[in-house]
Amino acid sequence: MFHTALTLKDLGLLAQGAGWTLMITGIAIVGGTALGTLFGVFRAVVPWWASIWLGFLLDIFRSVPLLIQLVLINAVFPMFGMRVSPFTVSCIVLAIYTSAYCSEIVRGGVLAVPATTRRAARSLGLTWWQDMVEIVYPIALRVMLPSWIGLTLGVMKDTALVGWIGVVELLKQSQILISRMQNEPLFILMIAGLIYFLISFPIARLGARLEGRFREND
Amino acid sequence: MIEIEHVKKSFGSLQVLDDVSLTVNKGEVVSIIGGSGSGKSTLLMTINGLEPIQAGRILVDGVEVHAKGTNLNQLRQKIGIVFQQWNAFPHLTVMENVTLALRKVLGKSREEANAIAVKQLEHVGLGDKLRSFPGKLSGGQQQRMAIARALAMEPKYMLFDEVTSALDPQLVGEVLDTMRLLAKEGMTMILVTHEMAFAREVSDRVAFFKAGTVHEIGPPEQIFGKPQTPETASFLKSVL
Amino acid sequence: MFNYSFHWRPALQALPQMLQGALVTVELAILSMLIGVAIGVVLALMRTSGNKYLDYLALVWIEVARNTPALFQIYMAYFGLGQLGIRIDSFVALLAGIAFNNAGYLAETFRGGLRAVPSTQARAARSLGFSALAAFRLIVFPQMFRAVFYPVTNQAVWAILMTSLGVVVGLNTDLTGVTQRFNVLTFRTFEYFAIAAVLYYLIAKFVTLSARLLAWRLFRY
Repeated sequence: MFHTALTLKDLGLLAQGAGWTLMITGIAIVGGTALGTLFGVFRAVVPWWASIWLGFLLDIFRSVPLLIQLVLINAVFPMFGMRVSPFTVSCIVLAIYTSAYCSEIVRGGVLAVPATTRRAARSLGLTWWQDMVEIVYPIALRVMLPSWIGLTLGVMKDTALVGWIGVVELLKQSQILISRMQNEPLFILMIAGLIYFLISFPIARLGARLEGRFREND
Repeated sequence: MIEIEHVKKSFGSLQVLDDVSLTVNKGEVVSIIGGSGSGKSTLLMTINGLEPIQAGRILVDGVEVHAKGTNLNQLRQKIGIVFQQWNAFPHLTVMENVTLALRKVLGKSREEANAIAVKQLEHVGLGDKLRSFPGKLSGGQQQRMAIARALAMEPKYMLFDEVTSALDPQLVGEVLDTMRLLAKEGMTMILVTHEMAFAREVSDRVAFFKAGTVHEIGPPEQIFGKPQTPETASFLKSVL
Repeated sequence: MFNYSFHWRPALQALPQMLQGALVTVELAILSMLIGVAIGVVLALMRTSGNKYLDYLALVWIEVARNTPALFQIYMAYFGLGQLGIRIDSFVALLAGIAFNNAGYLAETFRGGLRAVPSTQARAARSLGFSALAAFRLIVFPQMFRAVFYPVTNQAVWAILMTSLGVVVGLNTDLTGVTQRFNVLTFRTFEYFAIAAVLYYLIAKFVTLSARLLAWRLFRY
């Protein structure tokens, strides 16, 4: 017979942790996608020498561990005498981090639209903006969507690191439970892992399906 | 009337257009022939301002295309252009390909735009493909759709840039038929083409392009019958 | 209002120790990649073996590796294995977690690599009189290698970034661990972690640039 000291209340705490995980993921993805779209389009439409500085800047966020970014930015606010909650810091850092990856996805998507197609649109009298909205955006979206879904899942998994600066999300909550009930870490971790898996796996499958379908149509 | 006056254009050190002058009158069909890389296609792009020029000027109905204040989006409604790669918008149905600019550029209602699109698509023989996506059409059908898309804007001029050279041989005929129909209806047309027999048949004048300029121009009987320069003669010998 | 005075000098004096930590970081990344590549190849072969059970086993590994956080995988090695009586220190736990993650991602990369070379290539080589082994070594493998090269170097960068998670399970010898040690002693968080960030950036860029240089030398076609 299987015995556990884990109570229903503890399961509630894990669910609460999962709630924070989803909340931070949502905010980071919304903010990061907005910023990333802005950066990505900018990088795709201006000449390379005008956007190389932005490319360099964004590359830093892809080349330094997220944990270090969290600790660094968390240390910056007090320098200005500002008290910012770990939750807010996490959202800010993850949104910027997301935008760094998203900008590359958007840039790739925009550049994947053939110049000749855009030319045809402009020759019909469409303005630059109309061309962007009516032609470039829908065509690029197919290219971007699978990678964007992958990014969303990546960010969801990366939220596990915000526990280090004191946000009690799913993994941090399980760690707290593990230290409280010394003798059953495996069971607690398996519950946490299952929750992550149940969030991630269906969306990952959807992404793979979309990618397959788009490839078929081309 | 399209007036091209002493136009020059280069990409880096490559002189693509070297002092080109050409006037196309209303109702006229002018074919441009010549070897690849002689600047024919680039010339078409400069007429609706898709390509900038470095010297000379181009007037369309008296409006200077490359002048600062010119509203290019407005000008482009007057000039239809069809490309070698038909450039269908892959995410839109055949119908939507045609109605997009009608609605967004000319501001027509959906019903109005649809009616025009149906008429134009039937005109080019695609009346039964309205709801299809371009990916499901043959190259020839996509190219006819591109023609209908351009015609729907009721342009005064139509430019054709080697519209049959990317097509399988058995699909060339249907596209040429569509263009022949247009010529008969009195549309002012400039066509860059490799189809010599077709150029000879529909053109009022034929221009032979060489080294970025109009080397010889005249009625088809002159160019194909008794070319005035040895270069024209040797080009024609190489392609016929 | 900005009211913080930087103290860079003591932080910079820690640089030699931090560089020592960086060496441990690089060592961890290399080891995790070697193990990850080896297991990844095995998993990819299991996926394509045609045996239902092998395929399923590999699939479970791959999906868990790809659908849970890397830190979770490290926790599993550190806390989870402990319950099963396998006590490992934080270095080994970190290494195991990252290697597990690498293997899962690389398995899919290698499976793609296997598919990237059409079977007609091997057939064409055999028809020229090459042995099966020679056909693989001279014709199939070089093309496969090219197909997986870029994703593998990408994973290597990920491996470097993932090593920073060791500090969460108490590792104090790698770059992040050493940095955290100084941080706890001095509370000069920004200075120490800024230096660590620069070092991580340089390591990551070194890997990316060498990979690009190598690719440019190797893939002339």
